[in-house]
Amino acid sequence: MSLLEISELKKTFRAPDGSIHAVIDVPDFQLEEKAHVALRGESGSGKTTLLNLIAGILKPDSGEITISGRRISSLSEPQRDRLRAESIGYIFQTFNLLQGYTALENVLLGMSFGPGVDRDFAIALLKRVGLSEKLKHYPRQLSTGQQQRVAVARALANRPKLVLADEPTGNLDHQNSREALKLIREACRENDAALLLVSHDRDVLAQFESVLDLEKINRAARANFSFQTVPHLPA
Amino acid sequence: MNLWQIVFRSLRQHLLSTLITAGSIALAGGLLIAVWVVKTQAQKTFTQINGGFDAVLGARSSPLQLVLNSIFHLETSPGNIEWQDYLDIKADPNVAFAAPISVGDNYRGYRLVGTLPEMFTQNEFAPGHKHSVDGKGRFFEAGYQEALVGSYVAQQLKLKVGDEFHPYHGLNFNEKEAHEESYTVVGILKPANTPADRVIWIPLEGLQNMSGHTEKASTEVSAVLLKFKSPIAGKLLQMKYDQQGTRLTLAWPIGTIMAQLLDKVSWFDRVLALVAYLVAIVAAASILASIYNSMNERRREIAILRALGATRGTIFLSVVLEAMSISALGMCIAFAVYAALMTTVAQIIRAQTGVVLDVFALHPVMILAPAGIIALSALAGIVPAFKAYCTDVATNLVPNS
Repeated sequence: MSLLEISELKKTFRAPDGSIHAVIDVPDFQLEEKAHVALRGESGSGKTTLLNLIAGILKPDSGEITISGRRISSLSEPQRDRLRAESIGYIFQTFNLLQGYTALENVLLGMSFGPGVDRDFAIALLKRVGLSEKLKHYPRQLSTGQQQRVAVARALANRPKLVLADEPTGNLDHQNSREALKLIREACRENDAALLLVSHDRDVLAQFESVLDLEKINRAARANFSFQTVPHLPA
Repeated sequence: MNLWQIVFRSLRQHLLSTLITAGSIALAGGLLIAVWVVKTQAQKTFTQINGGFDAVLGARSSPLQLVLNSIFHLETSPGNIEWQDYLDIKADPNVAFAAPISVGDNYRGYRLVGTLPEMFTQNEFAPGHKHSVDGKGRFFEAGYQEALVGSYVAQQLKLKVGDEFHPYHGLNFNEKEAHEESYTVVGILKPANTPADRVIWIPLEGLQNMSGHTEKASTEVSAVLLKFKSPIAGKLLQMKYDQQGTRLTLAWPIGTIMAQLLDKVSWFDRVLALVAYLVAIVAAASILASIYNSMNERRREIAILRALGATRGTIFLSVVLEAMSISALGMCIAFAVYAALMTTVAQIIRAQTGVVLDVFALHPVMILAPAGIIALSALAGIVPAFKAYCTDVATNLVPNS
């Protein structure tokens, strides 16, 4: 059984003019445990929506999402929240750190809704991402690269089985981008977490062994955008 | 990191609005507690103070005027009564003790009251409490130009044993109206927390025969304070003086007369209480407004917390707890406001009446008011909490800019 299984997943949104637009229409998708997969998707291809559906933040119109054998669509919202806290780490393009919390507190906060707060592990994670000297720094006192590292540490705080990364390097320069991606992958590997990353950045995608075109697995994206052939990028 | 820490962080992040809102709660809470305590303490204290007497016999007037003039040393005297009236009531078998008093002079605005030394040597001003003097002082002796000074007067005028002063005519101080006689302070009364603290006591004859007073004054007294042998005596004497007689008034029972006065001014309490309630409601509304207004800037924060696994219920609860915490902080400060307010009010009441309110006495309102205001704030917190509850996660995870 795969870690993540998606079947006949559909999500539509109502446009301001009242018309209904299909954003997600994924007939079939699997992600194995500990696998690292990158999804290539252009803006508006539904990549954030897909990740939000997997994370249980959005509820699909129809279809199934199963994580570790648990069908998300059959869970109530609080149960989905709980599953997200315990089993899924989420790294955002904009980091989404809470400004009133220090680096360490941001990581501890990630733990507080999950299985429990483990301060030593939080410190260890921040040390792992090279921020042992910045535990008490607030996000505004950190560079963008450092903020993304805090976000990585927070995503791994509850030892999730699945890490979702939505354009995690989109706000970083080239050098920081490479380093951040390397760190995310290493940290996921060390914690036995599978990684599902979406990006449209060629450099990022080039570092993955397994790259899928979102347009290929999402029928709605195919309908909305003209299909562009993407050369397969070597690992 | 638990829910309380999240609430604390939020309060810290919005420190200015937290402090301003807590300040308004503090004012409301302090005012509410103060109004309630002043009302109940005044009611209790003013109806219990009687100088150890059951009734006052004086010239025909309202019983309230007699009580205020003779027991609380306020108001003007309704007129004098004959010395013989004093002798008659003293001889009444129902009367255990009768103390004549005379008023009409002052020293620097503080009333001189002429009476007999027995007022201090025989009478208990409260059950088990007789007046006593500080240090080496003593009570005055009849027939001498000696003065016994109330503790509050001594403190205000810095009078001490051995000091001499000239009384002034009338109840209001006018430095052109000094009497020739000179009185020597022979004792300072220990504080009794009663109106006796704010008068100067001299021998009855001194006041009766003060230079400048009419000759008739020497055969009159202002009132007679009475202690009865039994409660039934009050009824009997009231019938004799108030119903059958036309010249004198027996003010009895003193506590009931004061309670009637307090009843007459109870509308003022109610107005104050209404103001305090309104202030409390406005303060709770200010919590609502301040948190509600901050919801726009908090939407992303809430979405992040939700994305990390916080349930809608957790978010709702955190906002309600935040409202309650602001209120609780305000109520802590409210006790400081209360203490400041009450200290001022108690000083004014003491200066005006000699009655000392126990500012720091525990009162049920000190628990009920904070509980009520915190509950009201929790109620006010429900509105922004519901807004937070409804925050859409997916659309708010992206920065507005």
